Amino acid sequence: MSREDLIQLLYIVAFSMFIVGLHMLRGPRTAVRGNQVAAVGMAVAVVATLLQPGVGDWVLIVVGVAIGTAIGIPSARSVKMTAMPQMVALFNGVGGGAVALISFVEFREAGGDLELEALIPILFAAIIGSISFWGSNIAFLKLQETLKKSIKVPREVNAGLLLIAVALAVVIAAGSDSQLLFVGILLAAGLLGVLAVVPIGGADMPVVISTLNAFTGLSAAAAGIALDNTALIVAGMLVGASGSILTKQMADAMNRSIGNVFFAGVGAGGPALAAGDTGGTVRSTSAADVAIQLSYARLVVVVPGYGMAVAQAQRAVADLAAELEKRGVEVLYAIHPVAGRMPGHMNVLLAEADVAYDKLKEMDDINGEFARTDVALVIGANDVTNPAARTVADSPIYGMPILDVDKSSSVIVLKRSMNSGFAGIDNPLFYDPKTSMLFGDAKASVSEVLGEVQQL
Amino acid sequence: MDLLTELAILVLAAFVGFEVISKVPNTLHTPLMSGTNAIHGIVVLGGLLLIGPALGFLEDLLLVIAIAFGTINVVGGFLVTDRMLGMFKNKPAPADAGASVSEKPDPVVEGAAETKQLP
Repeated sequence: MSREDLIQLLYIVAFSMFIVGLHMLRGPRTAVRGNQVAAVGMAVAVVATLLQPGVGDWVLIVVGVAIGTAIGIPSARSVKMTAMPQMVALFNGVGGGAVALISFVEFREAGGDLELEALIPILFAAIIGSISFWGSNIAFLKLQETLKKSIKVPREVNAGLLLIAVALAVVIAAGSDSQLLFVGILLAAGLLGVLAVVPIGGADMPVVISTLNAFTGLSAAAAGIALDNTALIVAGMLVGASGSILTKQMADAMNRSIGNVFFAGVGAGGPALAAGDTGGTVRSTSAADVAIQLSYARLVVVVPGYGMAVAQAQRAVADLAAELEKRGVEVLYAIHPVAGRMPGHMNVLLAEADVAYDKLKEMDDINGEFARTDVALVIGANDVTNPAARTVADSPIYGMPILDVDKSSSVIVLKRSMNSGFAGIDNPLFYDPKTSMLFGDAKASVSEVLGEVQQL
Repeated sequence: MDLLTELAILVLAAFVGFEVISKVPNTLHTPLMSGTNAIHGIVVLGGLLLIGPALGFLEDLLLVIAIAFGTINVVGGFLVTDRMLGMFKNKPAPADAGASVSEKPDPVVEGAAETKQLP
């Protein structure tokens, strides 16, 4: 067997391990192993590549890997679970950046000698990689809340930038080997990445990150075709495909199309109902009352939302649940698919607070339980509980599947103020006679309730 | 390898990707996203393949950056996923919980297994 065969064989081993690893990531019990299998697959792919004859600048390779490791490990170790969406955005961005750089170098090197079947994938990789790099960095800044403004960008501008990038790519494909044009492509695509993400806010972020993740995967697959590398093609496409599916699932959970997320800019407003339209009065309550209601319930369902993450209240919530369970109260958690700033964000936060995952119920499983729920405790969630999604046909969230919190015997909403949620829509749930509101910071409120429960 | 073979591989990989991910519970969406995120760090291979003595300073510099980027993506991605998954545990009932309700016999997930170092 020649060395080339051995390398190809190792690549096959590597991408099989990616597939098996991804498959194992589907269940909480096998997921840890699955991630490790994929990581070993990556190691195999790297070793195989280093066996390639002619691969050689060891010093530079070591320098690059050392820098990457020195940055990657500490940041992955120290990142807080609440900051996880930012971290994923950042890791995704550097991946896209790597693709863009690699495609540029490959173009500089081979220039006009490249055949179309290598040139086209390179151009594709450059455009998508650059969009992904800059888009992800903006997503990072927005999630980090360094960048708070949501500027509206007319979609003609974005379309124009894409057109420029593609036009330049066509000129290159037609035979120009001007590097300036290639840089122009990277810049136009980069600017497009920035402007496409800047207007998007809050709850749409999960869709953005997932889309960019799929983009980086696709660009890696394209680079794989250009470089004749099967491991890159398969791994990149796996991510491209799975990322697209995830994106679609998320958009479906919000009852919106992906195009709508990127171009409608709900963050900037939308046909919102004027606050107060629903009318009615809000009943506010005290921590002591909440404590009594909770302690004498049989089933309490906690509905966490982004407010819980912002207030870092997950531990306080878990402590409160433990205290209630000690008193014989059953506590479950209702997780909406798009609660938080990342799909599954709530699950990660609650898992960090040592909540067993069998207590975290998905929307379809828990919605039937609300009818027998004594108290639904809504912590910093809003739009995902809004009954208007079922009843008000002209509401912007009409048709979005929601948690049927209003079907439980009583509802307690922990909220900072009466400000409306991200979608800017009034929530009739708050005016429901069986709803009482406990205003204040989620963490402080939950701790206060916990204190009261302990004194009972 | 000729283009058509590569396109065939590409299309098959796409179907595998769709198939494998279609039925993931929401619970695992974040780790899944971060896991697939780590996998596309495979672009680091591109940097490894291209870098070499025949290149000029600028190319080498760009490729070192690309390799560093790719490594961050891979190492950071897998590590962060591992940390997250280590937290998904199905814990037994706390020993002192006298009246704990609805405890199931639980298959214990292995704890945060040690993290992988990649070359």
